Amino acid sequence: MAQAHTAHDSSHGSYSAYLIGFVLAVILTVASFAAVMTHALSPGMALAALTVLAVVQIVVHLVFFLHLNTSSEQSWNLMCFIFAAASVIVIIGGTIFIMHDTAINMMSR
Amino acid sequence: MAHEATMSPLAHADDHGGEHHHETPNVFGFWLYLMTDCILFGSIFAAFAVLRNQYAGGPSGKELFDLTNVGIETAILLFSSITYGFASLNALAKNKTMVLLWLAVTFVLGASFVGLELNEFSSMIAEGNGPDRSAFLSAFFTLVGTHGLHVTCGLIWMVVLMVQMMGPQDLSERMMNKLACLSLFWHFLDIVWICVFSFVYLAGVM
Repeated sequence: MAQAHTAHDSSHGSYSAYLIGFVLAVILTVASFAAVMTHALSPGMALAALTVLAVVQIVVHLVFFLHLNTSSEQSWNLMCFIFAAASVIVIIGGTIFIMHDTAINMMSR
Repeated sequence: MAHEATMSPLAHADDHGGEHHHETPNVFGFWLYLMTDCILFGSIFAAFAVLRNQYAGGPSGKELFDLTNVGIETAILLFSSITYGFASLNALAKNKTMVLLWLAVTFVLGASFVGLELNEFSSMIAEGNGPDRSAFLSAFFTLVGTHGLHVTCGLIWMVVLMVQMMGPQDLSERMMNKLACLSLFWHFLDIVWICVFSFVYLAGVM
């Protein structure tokens, strides 16, 4: 029984896991807003900071709220997620790259 | 180990009364749907990334976006994530009253998010800055509107589950699966919102 309880704690989260995730998410969100609203960083640096903070916050949400982990029972979920994330990176990165290149060659700006 | 991982979705299909309802094929299938939804949002984000500077003489994000409103929306959605988490934990503890209570709190938060978003959209359209104003605004309304539509669907789903839960289904194994799917959906929408507030709103006002 005790063992079953531990297993269910790790796969469904617990109050402490949700609260840790929530506190981390709040810190990261506030940092994102601060990076832009304080005007302390140059636009390029601020965009880089936003990207890093967003990626970290996505990982925090996946781990603490969606309970995605590297355990064997989650391996299919994780594999599908990695495939979807790779597809999204190709779609967004490829689109920006190609359309930027086209815009340059068309002298549209 | 690898064999066990390969077998687990099937193995758990036979495992009805156990604690492992999260690994049933329906929840895994719903996870696959969410991954396709990731690709849908990825495509809309790609379109937005390409069109973000095409103002056609219209207003830019800097003139349109109210970061206070975005901050409130972000806070509401983050709170609703954790309140849904509390509903899930109470469902595992078979405490139906608390599940309904936390789902109701989550619903109110989600509905206020949609309300704020509709308010923002309607004031933009009233000022003549609707989706027909420029390519930037078309992409903006498509992206943020698609997310808002997902949240609205989640809210309808939540009401349906609350009504079903009060009926004979109670907190049956089947209901636990439904709650697990909605949990994934709701937390997934919060992840999409992270990208929206970072790359649409915050990057748009720089």
